[in-house]
Amino acid sequence: MISFLILISTVVCFSAILALALNFQWGLGGMVNFGMAGLYALGTYSCALLMLKGGANTFFATLGAMAIVAAACGVIALVTLRVTEEDYFAIVTLGVGEMLRLVALNEDWLTKGALGLTGIPRPLGDVIAPEYYQYFLLGLSVALLAGTVWFLNVIARSPFGRIMRALREDDVVAATLGKHVLWARVRIFAIGGAIIGLAGSLHGFYYQYIDPTQFSNIVIAYAFMAVIAGGRGAHQGVIWGAAVVMVLLEGSRFMKDLIPVLDSDQLAAIRIIIIGIGLILLLVFRPQGFMREYRLQVNFK
Amino acid sequence: MLSAEKVSKSFGGFQALNGCSIEIGAQSITGIIGPNGAGKSTLFNIVGGLILPDSGAITIQGKSIAGLRPDELAKAGLVRTFQISRELGQLTVLENMLLASSGLSGESVWHNFWSPTRVRSEQQQAIAKARGLLEQVNLWQFANEPAKNLSGGQKKLLEISRALMLDPKIILLDEPTAGVSPLMTKALGETITKLRADGLTFAIIEHDMDVIAKLCNPIYVLAEGRTLTSGSFREVVANRDVMHAYLGKVS
Repeated sequence: MISFLILISTVVCFSAILALALNFQWGLGGMVNFGMAGLYALGTYSCALLMLKGGANTFFATLGAMAIVAAACGVIALVTLRVTEEDYFAIVTLGVGEMLRLVALNEDWLTKGALGLTGIPRPLGDVIAPEYYQYFLLGLSVALLAGTVWFLNVIARSPFGRIMRALREDDVVAATLGKHVLWARVRIFAIGGAIIGLAGSLHGFYYQYIDPTQFSNIVIAYAFMAVIAGGRGAHQGVIWGAAVVMVLLEGSRFMKDLIPVLDSDQLAAIRIIIIGIGLILLLVFRPQGFMREYRLQVNFK
Repeated sequence: MLSAEKVSKSFGGFQALNGCSIEIGAQSITGIIGPNGAGKSTLFNIVGGLILPDSGAITIQGKSIAGLRPDELAKAGLVRTFQISRELGQLTVLENMLLASSGLSGESVWHNFWSPTRVRSEQQQAIAKARGLLEQVNLWQFANEPAKNLSGGQKKLLEISRALMLDPKIILLDEPTAGVSPLMTKALGETITKLRADGLTFAIIEHDMDVIAKLCNPIYVLAEGRTLTSGSFREVVANRDVMHAYLGKVS
């Protein structure tokens, strides 16, 4: 049981990092990202391939994955928003995401296609004894999650964070007040991309085996649920959101023991239903989410 | 200071502007009046860089500003407000103000990590400036409120104050007194007069003829996308065409 709790906590950590990336791009910056699953796959595969084929160590592979996803996101934003309205941006992200997933599935020479990549090295994997490794990985994940929250909070509270929230509401006003809308959006999307790359790298370290089926579009749904449940724009809230979604999802596996009449197919469907009902209840009783985004408060004197 | 010459713009089959010309002199308070649909707001949208004209030239101090984005125009000293308030409702009143301050190093992501003290002190200066402006319109007490909670008139005042945060040279005000109480309208008029004395240039679209009569000279009358006439308030109201445009023809 302890071991299960540690594993689920690790999953919560990298799901939360992914949700934080979406919260940054969409929650704060108003840029919908429906290509999340594909970009997440890009991060995971980049990290794994940099190690397996590029010979990089885990640290540089992670940095490399972050840079690759950030660059991909920056290019998507730059190319799309330069020529179209933001409404089309969502569609482009969806298309790019699907494209990346198909590359992972079909380019056998690089990704081994549906067979997936095995034997992904882990940080300090040959130093730490296997029986203790899960504790280390949990610690590392928690530390990276904390670092991500700190990093994103500094940005959210900064003048740049103010521009992000302004763009989410009314980009015309932001432009009228002297803000370069396109450049700001490119930066927002690229920074979010770096965080997706980080989450993807951790995903690889955790599973040690990756294949394209792990990056189906349900990943996007979970991330959106975590952001909506946690409160749009509120980073700490989103961690709780991710925790609730993952605990409901993974915890509901134990229903089998409680209600033995269910077979595994029914159970799988019921788990998704539970998530849906949970989200509806949340939106009915607490539509603003668990927490509220940061707002500058001054004291009068 | 700012001139628009023979500007035309059509939306589909509708000719919103049809060879409209205006000239906004330095340190003037230029009034723009005209019946609904005359093209006043379209003219502001074109001058402000939000939409491109089909034809015509727009210059600031002799330099063409054709094709410049709104943010480039803002850096050149031109700012506008909107007919229907466009406050950023999720941001606090103070954050709305701070958004408009230019040259904060914290708008570059990395400065917030490399030199946080500088970012903070710049923010403090900007807050002090915003406070001064907000106190003039009795909004400082609401500094921490999300702007969506303000009343309609207060939103108008916030928008004008926010425009002033940019230290502009030219301000285009689109119906600044719509929904503002008479007392506040008077205060607003005084503020505009004072700022003009400090060197600012204004162009105002307005339907309140008292405001126009008190503040503006010259006044341009637009109708059906053209400049009907221009001159002082006295000259303009004496013009028969203006009476027709506003009140309809007398048979």
